[in-house]
Amino acid sequence: MALFGVDDTVVAVLAPFAAALFAPAVVRKLKHNAAWVLAVVPAIIFLHLCRYVGAVSSGETFTEGFSWVPAYGVNFTFYLDGLSVLFAMIISGIGTLIILYAGGYMKGHAQQGRFISFLLLFMGSMLGVVTANNLITLFIFWELTSITSFLLIGFDHLRVASRRAAMQALVVTGGGGLALLAGVLMIISASGQSELSDVLTTGDTLRNSALYAPILIMILGGAFTKSAQFPFHFWLPNAMEAPTPVSAFLHSATMVKAGVYLLMRLNPVMGDTMAWEIILPLFGGFTLIMGTVLALRQTDLKLMLAYTTVASLGLLVMLTGAGTEAALEGAAIYLFAHALFKGSLFMMAGCIDHEAGTRDVTKLGGLRKAMPITFAAAVLAALSMSGLPPFIGFVAKEVLYDGTWDAGLIITLVALVGNVLMMATALGVAFKPFLGEPVETPKHAHEGPVLLWLGPLTLAVLGLLAALAVGWTGPALLGPMAGAISGEPNHGDFHLIPAHIGAPLFLSLVTMALGAAVYFRLEYAREKVDRLITAIGWGPDRGFDQLITLIVKIAGKVTTYAQPGRMQTYMSTVFIIVAAGLLIPMFGFGELPSLPGMPGFTFYEWLVLSLVVIGIVAVLAARTRLIAIVSLGIQGFAVAVIYMLFGAPDLSFTQFMVETLSVVILALVMTRLNLTAKDNRPFRETVPHMVIAAAVGLGFGLLLMAVTQVPFDARLSEFFAANSRAIAHGRNIVNVIIVDFRGFDTLGEISVVMVTGLAILALIRIRARGPKKPEDVSIGGPLQAVSDPVNEEAAR
Amino acid sequence: MNTVIFRTIAPFLTALMILFSIFVLLRGHNEPGGGFIGGLIAVSALAIYGIACGVQPVRRAIRFHPMSISAFGLLMSCLSGLPSMLTGVGFMKAHWIEPEIFGVDLALSTVMVFDIGVYFVVVGSITSIALALEEREDD
Repeated sequence: MALFGVDDTVVAVLAPFAAALFAPAVVRKLKHNAAWVLAVVPAIIFLHLCRYVGAVSSGETFTEGFSWVPAYGVNFTFYLDGLSVLFAMIISGIGTLIILYAGGYMKGHAQQGRFISFLLLFMGSMLGVVTANNLITLFIFWELTSITSFLLIGFDHLRVASRRAAMQALVVTGGGGLALLAGVLMIISASGQSELSDVLTTGDTLRNSALYAPILIMILGGAFTKSAQFPFHFWLPNAMEAPTPVSAFLHSATMVKAGVYLLMRLNPVMGDTMAWEIILPLFGGFTLIMGTVLALRQTDLKLMLAYTTVASLGLLVMLTGAGTEAALEGAAIYLFAHALFKGSLFMMAGCIDHEAGTRDVTKLGGLRKAMPITFAAAVLAALSMSGLPPFIGFVAKEVLYDGTWDAGLIITLVALVGNVLMMATALGVAFKPFLGEPVETPKHAHEGPVLLWLGPLTLAVLGLLAALAVGWTGPALLGPMAGAISGEPNHGDFHLIPAHIGAPLFLSLVTMALGAAVYFRLEYAREKVDRLITAIGWGPDRGFDQLITLIVKIAGKVTTYAQPGRMQTYMSTVFIIVAAGLLIPMFGFGELPSLPGMPGFTFYEWLVLSLVVIGIVAVLAARTRLIAIVSLGIQGFAVAVIYMLFGAPDLSFTQFMVETLSVVILALVMTRLNLTAKDNRPFRETVPHMVIAAAVGLGFGLLLMAVTQVPFDARLSEFFAANSRAIAHGRNIVNVIIVDFRGFDTLGEISVVMVTGLAILALIRIRARGPKKPEDVSIGGPLQAVSDPVNEEAAR
Repeated sequence: MNTVIFRTIAPFLTALMILFSIFVLLRGHNEPGGGFIGGLIAVSALAIYGIACGVQPVRRAIRFHPMSISAFGLLMSCLSGLPSMLTGVGFMKAHWIEPEIFGVDLALSTVMVFDIGVYFVVVGSITSIALALEEREDD
């Protein structure tokens, strides 16, 4: 299957990026109705993915794409199997609804085009993550999701809280991304494969590798940060600063599941070990309990949902690590169910916020008459989240209890407690704002436009339909996904009506009873938890701030130490290191050159040599700085003449020009620096400078002598001499080397010339403005380093 | 540097040097010269003009910001490597055409375009530094 000679899946992954490019223009033209147009892109991607469902469910896998840097095993390739197809369908399907929802939610916002553009960018990145076959490509898309998430969280960039949350998310997930890169590189090195589809066929190679422990740590570092596992969970609730469409899309349905995806993806080759089955359930289980407990404490609808998302991610990690077949099946179904109901509930929370003007659950009530459609969506989604029949959440819970029952008592208990509290919060989110007496809200509440309720309602209804049609969704979607996670084929034989009466059904009943009980005592539970958290006082969120403050402080100290801002210190440091680098190895390893014999120069060659010496004497004897600089030119010109005499006209030519310009520019710099005309250094400063200068001179002299005494390898020069005219049509070998044989080097060099020019220009500009406002200069910044020597010199 | 002789002669000197720099640039492939040296000569020419007549006249004379000239040169050098991609060989493989214009065989090549790019980068970067240093008005 190919479009424009490129595989369709490549086009599908890149399409959102292209759409993002046009989104602002479309929005400018059509206002909020542009969402209908832009949603077509993810919808088509969704339909495209549907074509794979049949083949994938019968166990086929697809690899598409093209090679990128094959020499390093980096390819732009994509892999479709049960796991990635379902994931990609969730992303594009929910993405379609989110784009529509964003159209309604951000209606009239001045930057709506940019917002939808960011959403599309994220969608493309996320599709890339779940379909990438090449590990490096996976990493690139992974980082792209972090960056787009940063842009979306900080969308409302005028508020401090948004900026902080965005920065925090970027630091945590971006840092995790670096760990992932290290893990990925080690996987490539340990397995010898850089394509996921190949890595998955290596069996026990990774598990038996000596690198297994470091790979595991690094991969977990990536997955746990992205999927908000304890102790990295804090960025996710903070990310609720983002507009609600973002929370619904990134921070519940898709991006935060990237870490879970990674663990599921690698489960066949990395799972089933002692470490895997201890670490994952431990962190996952703790995150589950912590998330649900913290969710109880919240009164903000979005924060309640955010903490249950943290909890759900913990549950998924725990199930992935539990290792039994049924647990993995449970993880697959729960992930699917969670995407549906959590996406729906977030959008519902956004609807309430949008229409009633607040999302504080204590300030809401009796909205059921004003917003019946939203209420319906909320109830359907919350019942699925609570795991009640006949919703997909119920199917998930049956299977996952089945899995935990096999895996052990502790895991079962953790899952039970988590589910109970999750159910209480779900009911709280869905019923509290709608039931009871109508409460006065900041805005007069009424049902939103179709763009607002279409998304949540569709997802909520899908959660019902997926369960009713589990005879189809099971074998077609969920089974293949569970199969890809476990590495064994899975037929997806799931039932809405429990096949047998056993522990799972019993556990489900206990969950429902306890969940309902907690729901009716929600205020009491909230108060208790609140008191507990206040008593603890410290959390990773504050820890993050402390860490950042510490890093900034250390960086400031290091900078003020390493960058004192005195020109003399810099120059002395550089030259001392150069001299040490030249002289210590030579003396240390006894590689001093032998003393050359007296060369038989002609008289005019002696004349030029004496000019060099005279130039140097003139520099040392010069009374003013300007004369010293010009005298330095004498020596340079004499060297150019020497080049000329010994048959290097190009070199000589260049030397002449460089000398001229050096003198001009040095003279200009001198005048800029406001230096005194004469060198007023006291004797005690001059002596060390003389020693340094002599050492550098001696070092370079000896180095050059040593170099010329090494036997000359003429292969390259012979090649250039032979081929310059023949291949490159040029008689001037030097120029042919520069522009043709070594043209790529030159391209790099001229880039450096330009960038250096830019940098110098910037420094001169700062210098021009710097001294006027020295109090604005922050500690250790680049401004100070430049402006200070001037002040000091001027003060003398 | 405000001698009348210098100020009178500087524009002519500059013009001659620029001309010479172009000559050196173009003959570079077969005789001593090339983009780098040519560029340095042109910078010296502009520096002389600047010292004699001030920075503003130089800026007016070269019309564009020197950094833009530099960037243009870098772009030119990069693009000179692209024609080879179209013919399916590696990046920056030299291509030559030898049209006959007014009865003279003229050897043109992507390499020459590349060298001209080098010339512009050198002229632009170093001129912008020199001019910025000479400019004392906005201190």
